[in-house]
Amino acid sequence: MNIKGTLDSYRKKEFKPSEFIDGILNAISKKNPSLNAFLEVRPEESRGKALELDRRLNEIDHLPLFGIPIAVKDNFLVRGWRATAGSRILANYESPYSATSVERLEAAGAIVVGKTNCDEFAMGSSNENSAFGPAKNPWDLQRVPGGSSGGSAAALAAGLCLGSLGTDTGGSIRQPASLCGLVGLKPSYGRVSRYGIVAFASSLDQVGPFGHTVWDAARILEIMAGYDSKDATSSRTVVPKYTEALANASVKNIAIGIDQKWLEGLDEEVRRAFDKALQGLREKGAKIVDISLPHACYSLSVYYLIAPCEASSNLARYDGVHYGHRTKHPKDSEEVFFKSRGEGFGTEVKLRIMLGTYALSAGYYDAFYLKANQVRKLIQKDFEDAFQLCHCIAVPTSPTTAFKLGERTEDPLTMYLSDIYTLPVNLAGLPGVSLPCGLDSKNLPIGLQLIGKNFEESSLLQVAQAYESHRGVFPEPLAVRGGT
Amino acid sequence: MNDKYEAIIGLEVHAQLLTRSKMFCTCANHFGADPNTHVCPVCTGQPGSLPVINQSAVELGIRAALALHGNISEESVFARKNYFYPDLPKGYQISQYERPFCNDGHLIVRLKSGGEKRIGITRVHFEEDAGKLVHQGNETLVNLNRAGVPLIEIVSQPDMRNSHEAGQYLRTLRTLLRYAEVCDGNMEEGNFRCDANISVRREGQKEFGTKVELKNINSFRFVEKAIDYEIGRQIELVEKGEKIIQETRGWNSAKNVTEVMREKEEAHDYRYFPEPDLPPLVISIQWQREVEKAMPEMPEAKRERFKNIYGLSDYDAAVLTSSRELADYFEMVAGQSKNPKGSANWVMNELLGKLNASGQEIEESPVSAEYLAELISKIDSNEISGKMAKTVFEEMFETKKSPGLIIKEKGLTQISDSSVLEAAIQKVIAANPEQLKDYRAGKVKLLGFFVGQVMKETQGQGNPALINDLVKKALE
Repeated sequence: MNIKGTLDSYRKKEFKPSEFIDGILNAISKKNPSLNAFLEVRPEESRGKALELDRRLNEIDHLPLFGIPIAVKDNFLVRGWRATAGSRILANYESPYSATSVERLEAAGAIVVGKTNCDEFAMGSSNENSAFGPAKNPWDLQRVPGGSSGGSAAALAAGLCLGSLGTDTGGSIRQPASLCGLVGLKPSYGRVSRYGIVAFASSLDQVGPFGHTVWDAARILEIMAGYDSKDATSSRTVVPKYTEALANASVKNIAIGIDQKWLEGLDEEVRRAFDKALQGLREKGAKIVDISLPHACYSLSVYYLIAPCEASSNLARYDGVHYGHRTKHPKDSEEVFFKSRGEGFGTEVKLRIMLGTYALSAGYYDAFYLKANQVRKLIQKDFEDAFQLCHCIAVPTSPTTAFKLGERTEDPLTMYLSDIYTLPVNLAGLPGVSLPCGLDSKNLPIGLQLIGKNFEESSLLQVAQAYESHRGVFPEPLAVRGGT
Repeated sequence: MNDKYEAIIGLEVHAQLLTRSKMFCTCANHFGADPNTHVCPVCTGQPGSLPVINQSAVELGIRAALALHGNISEESVFARKNYFYPDLPKGYQISQYERPFCNDGHLIVRLKSGGEKRIGITRVHFEEDAGKLVHQGNETLVNLNRAGVPLIEIVSQPDMRNSHEAGQYLRTLRTLLRYAEVCDGNMEEGNFRCDANISVRREGQKEFGTKVELKNINSFRFVEKAIDYEIGRQIELVEKGEKIIQETRGWNSAKNVTEVMREKEEAHDYRYFPEPDLPPLVISIQWQREVEKAMPEMPEAKRERFKNIYGLSDYDAAVLTSSRELADYFEMVAGQSKNPKGSANWVMNELLGKLNASGQEIEESPVSAEYLAELISKIDSNEISGKMAKTVFEEMFETKKSPGLIIKEKGLTQISDSSVLEAAIQKVIAANPEQLKDYRAGKVKLLGFFVGQVMKETQGQGNPALINDLVKKALE
C-alpha cells in the first residue's frame, strides 16, 4: 500500500476514506502495543475527518492527499493534540496551534492518525532517549528503528499509516528511514517551514517526509514546502511539482559523486549493497565520478558543538513557569527552574544542554561556537566544490543496519557515529534522501543516501526515482506480513 | 560638586517603539488591557513558535538613528541573550549584540550656561521587552502583555560630566524621539527608561574610576537628584579613602538615596550568540531614504523655519520648538491669528507662564489654540484692548470658554464708534468747566484727566487710542 495507489483506489471507489482509516486505526490498536510507535491516537477525531471526506469524494482532484493517513512525529504541534517531543517535561503539553507543515497537509486532505514516538527533543539515533520507552523496528522487534524520528519510521514500515513526518537535524529522518527500509527525505534548509516544530537546533532542523516510495515522499513534500510568513528562515524559492518531475526520471549522463575516503571502514554488507546500487545507477546511464569532501570528517565535532549550543538556548523555555512540568512545592523561583528542569529532562538532553551552555560561555565562545561555525563554512564549501563535478553525491545513509536495543546506550560516542554520513548534509543545509538498497544477512534494510544541490530536490528525487525503478519493489517487514 | 573631582556619566536608555504590534509577532503593542490578553504562541514562548521581524519597528529604529545622526548598518544581526527569569518566557531575550543596526550617533544639548555640548552615542540596537511580574501576597503572577514589545536601546558615550548635562541629554533625546514619533518618552509610564553609569575621578586623573550602574530613575524629576546623590556618595567614599564597589544601585525616591540592588556585579554570562531563527536584518540605503523622506520635521529644521517664516528670534524659536506639541500649538495660533509675533508673545509669556504655574503640559492647556488665535485677532481688530484681553485670557484659562463668549457675557467689547465716544466726551466736558478752562489756558497735562473720565464714562470699553484723538480735538 502506498499513497499513489490509495488515491487511485479512492478514485475508482474501491473503498471510502472512512473504511480505509478504520482499517488503519484497527491496525494501530493491534500492533502499536508491541511497536510503541505511537504516543497518542485520537480515533474519534481521525474517523470524523474520514467521514467528512466520504462526502467530498468529488473534490479528490483538488485534495492531493485525499484521505491519506499520516503519522506525525511528536515534536510537531497539531492543535488539540499533545506535543511531548518525547520528553517528560512536556508530557501533558497540549498544542495551542498547528505547525504550518501539518496545516498544509490537512488542508490537502491528509488525516493525522497519530503522534509518533521520538528521542527526547529529537536528540538521539535510536529512539531509546524517549521518555516513553523506545519504538521498535518492525523488521526485528529486538532492534531499534533508528532516531530520532523512529516512531514515524516504525509506524510507516509497519503499515500503520501511508506517510509520516519527521524532523532531521543531523540525520533523524534519513537514518531511521534507512534502518526501517523506507524513503526518507530531508529537504534543503528553509524548504519547509519550521513553524510549529519543537526546536532542537534552529540552524539545522528541517521537516521532511517518510514514504514507501519516492513518489509518496515527493507528494508530501510538494504540499508542505514553500515560504511561510511565520518562519523568517523559510525560503521564497518556487516549489516545483516534484511528483510531475518524476514521470520521466532518468539518470542518463548524470554524474554521481563518490568520496572514496569517506567510505573507508564501512560495514562490509553495507558496502556491498552500496556498490551494487552504484552499479545499478551506472547501468541506467549514470557516470560515477570521484569527488573529495576533505572537511566532512570534522562534521561530528562541528555538529556536536553547534547543535548543543543552539539546543541549550532553545530548551531554556522549558522552565516550569509558563507550561510543562513544574516541580511540586518549590521554595522559590530558582527552584522552579532548577528542579522542574532537573526532573523533566532526560540524561541525553541534560548532557547536551550542559555541553552547549559550556561552549557558549564567556571565554569559550570563540574557541568552540565560533570555530565550529568557521569549519561549518568549510564543509559547505566542500560540497559546493564537489557539485562542480557532479549532479548529486551518493553515500550510505548509515554505516550499519539496525542495531539491537540497548547495544549502544552505554557509549554516546558510538551512538553519535550512527550519523557520520548524514550530519554534513545538515551542516551544509542540503537536501538528502535515503532509500532502501538491499537487505543484509539478518534481513535488515540498508539505505542509500543521495545528496543534492541546494533547493534542487526535483533533480535529486529524479535520480532517486530512477534508482527505485531499477531496484524494483522493496519487500515489507515481517510485521506487515502478519508476523507481529 | 566638589571641584577637585570630575564625574563621568554614560546613559543607557530603553525606548519603547510606537508600533501597532510587537517586535516579533502580530500581537497588539498596547497597555492597560487585562493581563495576558495581548499574547500569542510567539510572545509566550510556546514550543515551535518563531520570531518574525516587525518591519514598522525597524522603520521607527531607522527614524531614531536618523534623528541621532547615527550610521545605519546595511546588515545587522539579532542575538540571543540567555538568562532565566520568570518574566522571560523563552529563557532568552532577542536583542542585538555584536552588530547593532546603528553606530556612532550624537546629539547636541543646550546647557544652562547658554552653551551647547555634543554628546556621543555609541550605538542603538533593537530588542524585545520582557513581561511583568505582579506580586500578590505569597504569589507572583506573570503578565505577558508587555513581553515582545519593541524597544530600542540607546547607549551614550561617557561624555557627560554632571547631572545637568545628563538631564539635558535625556530631555533632548526624549524631544527628538517624540518629534520623530518613535517613542512617547514617558518615564513614569515606563516607555522611556534610563540607566546611568556613573564614576568619579580626581581632576586631572586619566583613568576612569570604578563605575556604578544606577537604575530605577523613573521620572525626569529624579534624574539630576539621583545622579547628584550618587556622585556625592562616591566622592565621599574616595575622600574617606574607601573603595567604590562596582555594583548596581537603585534610586529610592522616597528616601532620596541610592541603594544597592545587586551586591557586586554578579558575573552574568549571557552566552550571547547570533539568533538562528532570524536572518540578518538588511536595511538598504533605499529603505533609509524612504524613511527619511517620510520623517516628521525635526527640531533643528523647525527652529530655522520658525525664524525664517515667522521672523522669530533665535531664543523664541528655540523655546517654541522645545517640544513638538508646543510648536504645533504655536503654529496653529500663528496661522489662525495671522499674527506670528503676537502669537509667540502670548504663547510664551501668558500661556506658558500659567501652565508652568499650574504644572500642566501644553497638551493639557485649558485654552485651545483656536481660542487663543481668536483672542489675538480681536486685539488686532481693535475689538478689545490689550489690557482687556488679559482679563479675558484669565477667564479663558479658568473656564475654557471662548473669548467671544466671555466678552459678550462681561460686555467687554471695545467701543470704537466715534459718535458714541463723542457723546461721552461732550458729557465729560460739560461736567468739568473748570478743568476745561485750565486746559485751554495751557495746562495740557489735563488731557489725561479728560481721557480717564471718558474711559470711566464708557466703563473702560472705549478704544483708548481713539478716545485720545477725539478728546484732543474736542478740547481745542
